Amino acid sequence: MSQSNQWQTICQTSDLIPHSGIAAWTERGPVAIFWRPGCEPELSAIGHFDPIARADVLARGIVGDVDGEPVVASPLYKQHFSLRTGECLEEEARVPVFPVRTEGNQVQLSLRDSASESASAA
Amino acid sequence: MAQKQLIVIGNGMVGHHFLEQFMATPAASDWQVTVFGEEPHLAYDRVHLSEYFNGSSHADLAMATRADYDQWGLDFHPGEPVTRIGRDGQRVVTDQGAYDYDALVLATGSYPFVPPIDGHDQDHCLVYRTLEDLDAIRASAQGARTGVVVGGGLLGLEAANALKSLGLESHVVEFAPRLMPVQLDADGGALLKRKIEALGVQVHTEKATTAIVPGDEARLRMNFSDESHLDTDLIVFSAGIRPQDKLARDCGLGIGERGGIVIDDTCTTSDPTIFAIGECALWNQTIYGLVAPGYTMARTVAGRLNQDEDAAFTGADMSTKLKLLGVDVGSIGDAHAATPGARNIRFNDEQGGTYGRLVISEDGKTLLGAILVGDNGPYDTLLQYALNEIELPDHPEALILPESEGGAPALGPDALPDTAGICSCHNVTKGDVCGAIDAGCEDLAAVKTETKASTGCGGCVGLLKNVVESELEKRGVEVNRDLCEHFPHTRQELFHLVRVNGIRTFHTLINQYGRGDGCDICKPAVASILASCWNEHIMATDHVPLQDTNDTFMANMQKNGTYSIVPRVPGGEITPEKLIVLGEVAKEYDLYTKITGGQRVDLFGATLSQLPEIWEKLIDAGFETGHAYGKSMRTVKSCVGNTWCRYGVQDSTNMAIRLEERYKGLRSPHKLKFAVSGCTRECAEAQSKDIGVIATEAGWNLYVCGNGGMRPRHADLFATDLDDEQLIRTIDRLLIFYIRTADRLQRTSVWMENLEGGLDYLKEVVLEDSLGIGDELEEHMQGIVDTYQCEWKAAVEDPEKRKRFREFVNDDRKDPVQHWTTERGQRRPADETEVA
Ligand code: SRM
Ligand SMILES: Cc1cc2nc3c(=O)[nH]c(=O)nc-3n(C[C@H](O)[C@H](O)[C@H](O)COP(=O)(O)OP(=O)(O)OC[C@H]3O[C@@H](n4cnc5c(N)ncnc54)[C@H](O)[C@@H]3O)c2cc1C
Ligand code: SF4
Ligand code: FES
Repeated sequence: MSQSNQWQTICQTSDLIPHSGIAAWTERGPVAIFWRPGCEPELSAIGHFDPIARADVLARGIVGDVDGEPVVASPLYKQHFSLRTGECLEEEARVPVFPVRTEGNQVQLSLRDSASESASAA
Repeated sequence: MAQKQLIVIGNGMVGHHFLEQFMATPAASDWQVTVFGEEPHLAYDRVHLSEYFNGSSHADLAMATRADYDQWGLDFHPGEPVTRIGRDGQRVVTDQGAYDYDALVLATGSYPFVPPIDGHDQDHCLVYRTLEDLDAIRASAQGARTGVVVGGGLLGLEAANALKSLGLESHVVEFAPRLMPVQLDADGGALLKRKIEALGVQVHTEKATTAIVPGDEARLRMNFSDESHLDTDLIVFSAGIRPQDKLARDCGLGIGERGGIVIDDTCTTSDPTIFAIGECALWNQTIYGLVAPGYTMARTVAGRLNQDEDAAFTGADMSTKLKLLGVDVGSIGDAHAATPGARNIRFNDEQGGTYGRLVISEDGKTLLGAILVGDNGPYDTLLQYALNEIELPDHPEALILPESEGGAPALGPDALPDTAGICSCHNVTKGDVCGAIDAGCEDLAAVKTETKASTGCGGCVGLLKNVVESELEKRGVEVNRDLCEHFPHTRQELFHLVRVNGIRTFHTLINQYGRGDGCDICKPAVASILASCWNEHIMATDHVPLQDTNDTFMANMQKNGTYSIVPRVPGGEITPEKLIVLGEVAKEYDLYTKITGGQRVDLFGATLSQLPEIWEKLIDAGFETGHAYGKSMRTVKSCVGNTWCRYGVQDSTNMAIRLEERYKGLRSPHKLKFAVSGCTRECAEAQSKDIGVIATEAGWNLYVCGNGGMRPRHADLFATDLDDEQLIRTIDRLLIFYIRTADRLQRTSVWMENLEGGLDYLKEVVLEDSLGIGDELEEHMQGIVDTYQCEWKAAVEDPEKRKRFREFVNDDRKDPVQHWTTERGQRRPADETEVA
């Protein structure tokens, strides 16, 4: 697959909420997109489905960092999921991670799970 | 060399402590250790047994795990009592087999004494010693209304409290003329009785039970020698303990006249291969019914088996400090002044409800003993004077007088010598604590792990904390009470910084006083502080990302990601028109409808995008948000009061509505619940609330710092016969003081219990304005009241804010993981099996 056709526009930058998340529907199911202006990384996208609580809720969690790792805390049972790797810090669980970028005022996603690819490559 | 066989009989607290001590010695490798226990569990914390009734499980109380014992290489047999000791062949016998020993340790403890009264062995006559006993009491309490404890000693009163916590009307029947005859004198016992009766436990002293027969009004009747009787549904005997010495008796070991296995200073019995420790052992004609002396015996035997010729048991201090049903009681040393020439100082404040007695040596230099009832404040200091024979100050009476009358010269941790015992359970001195700190322990938890201090009966926690903090400070170490990794400050400090510097956003605060991006601990805590200070809309752009989802979307998230809606129904009063609207809205959106425990209606199962639509309809009908999602004022429960009720003495509904209207929307460290009852029948359960108000002929009695929930606590009476304005002023001050000084997620009860000086201090600050901040506190509250807005109203009117309530930003579909089923005519989330 070529680099150019893998990015899909999901929404506008004005739909993003600073230091918080929104949920979007994609062909890979619901995705949570977080915007943290001034933090590293500024934009992140992970699965919206919380595999522990088994509900579509992760976009509604609080974001922040734990020991330097950027995370979202599940709003249901408060486990932390890394925004970089999708790994849960407390339990054996992982959510997919998707490359995300802005092009002008558009927010774009690539729907391959970057964490599992780099994991299988390694 | 073949290993020698060591057998331990009894796996209670002392037996376990012995194993713990012995397995850590070099000698342990020479022995194969086998342990027999009669109870089905490994050792558990009997001292804190009553917590089993407050939600602690067996696992919480467990002291030993199978994994520990496996790791120590023990051969252990719980649930396999030893039935016989054959001293000639050096072997013990159980129903499962026979086992040889080279050395034997008896740690069989004691059993509750049940007086041989006629009828003592029928159903619902129980004792209080093991987990199984407590299960039996709980089962018997089902369907029971009243319970009696026979015995007004330490354990009896604890049992009475347990019965009370099971919801029974409880009584204590004591044979002696006063409660706790061993520890207290007549005045102390009388005060304790008054206090306990005021808490609703009835005390009957000088009563000898002659028979237990079937009752008229309850399951049982107790007949007393004075011809009176008492009907009750269950009886718990707590009339003392007897050493469990049967095995020793049967095999001919030396036994005391009134029971107990005779031991010498090395804890050896009349047979040099057999030791006895704990409550089964009799040393110098004494059975020690406390855990600390048992632990010292355990250490002695562990030491002896490890060739330590100095290990010895030479008696123990029996001082006790406890909180019985919330009443402080302390008894130290020679409390009854048995020492020849001893002199007494007594302070009996019948008005304030405290009693103190000092027993002083003939030369006036040392403290021999003491009794405290109502206030254990001086206990730690007095105990140190007594144990370490520290020379008394010139006016020793100041030690038990209230502070205002001369200033009690508390003995600071600094004044203690290095030899001063801090923890008697684990024999830890101040020197040991200092040693642990010098070896690198940097906080209380580390010192506890290192020295084991405070991990036994827990009586020394306060003293240990003081010593550790003072020693750490001396070494220039700061005690870490940080909120989280992002802020090197406590919640109180952050509150102060926000207020004094006029900080209005999280961003500013973390940039100036923190580090990193923040997290789900500090963000909501700071959001709560900002709201308590400035009361801006919680959906303002700066505040939205700080909140838990419930606050963000102003509804409670349910397990499938949908939300519940709880409109405010002040005081529980609602018009038929409004009820109809709730019904109509629920029907339109197919919401599961339930009356809550807070006198209002909860509508469950709304999706995110439905929330604003539903709220538009509710707001049109005159509803406001109920803040069921916030750490904030929830409900003011009311009873119907004197407008309808024949007993009501004030208009409780009206007052409840007034309070709810005033404090609605107030953000606080944890949730706040109120109630107002129209008379002492207390139909609104005000005494189980953070703020409880009960009508009197003359006005209102105010109760504070109660709660239900995980650790229920009755509220304390704070002020009496207030008029309406005084009531509100007092609540204003108290709540803002709470908001300013509590830790995050600390309810009022825990906050108050942790305030130095407790309830009395709080009364001084709020009622007497001892800090001179009364006006400021009231103004702060008024500012919040004046800036109240219904968060939902503001949200539905603002298109930007409404944008947030979309399930998916780019698609209108319903969330595909939400599945439903119907039960009792209403919709509810389907579980996975139902979906399949
Ligand atoms: C709806 C309700 C149960 C019901 O069906 O009746 C309820 C439901 C919840 N309670 Fe409760 N509590 C409800 C009355 C109570 C009561 C009774 C009362 O208020 O008289 C208590 C005991 C009294 C007390 O709090 O002192 C109570 C003690 C708790 C506790 C334990 C608090 C504690 O200090 O131990 C929690 C947990 C917490 O807050 O951390 C809790 C937490 C919760 C939460 C918020 C749990 C959660 O995070 O999902 C529940 C969700 C509410 C929702 O709408 O989705 N709820 N909860 C009641 C709502 C009352 C209202 O109108 O607002
Ligand atoms: C409710 C309650 C509150 C208390 N509060 C305090 C307090 O605040 N402070 C304090 O210092 N003390 C308190 N105590 C007393 C304290 O619990 C005891 O001093 C301590 O448990 C004694 O330990 P032990 O090992 O000698 O006896 P136990 O803990 O009774 O252990 C003896 C064990 O031996 C077992 N056993 C008996 N016979 C046999 C046999 N033939 N074969 C095998 N096993 C056998 C028993 O089943 C039992 O498990 C309290 C006690 C109770 C019940
Ligand atoms: S508390 Fe008093 S006034 Fe209120 S309903 Fe009960 S009996 Fe009536
Ligand atoms: S005195 Fe019992 S734990 Fe310290």
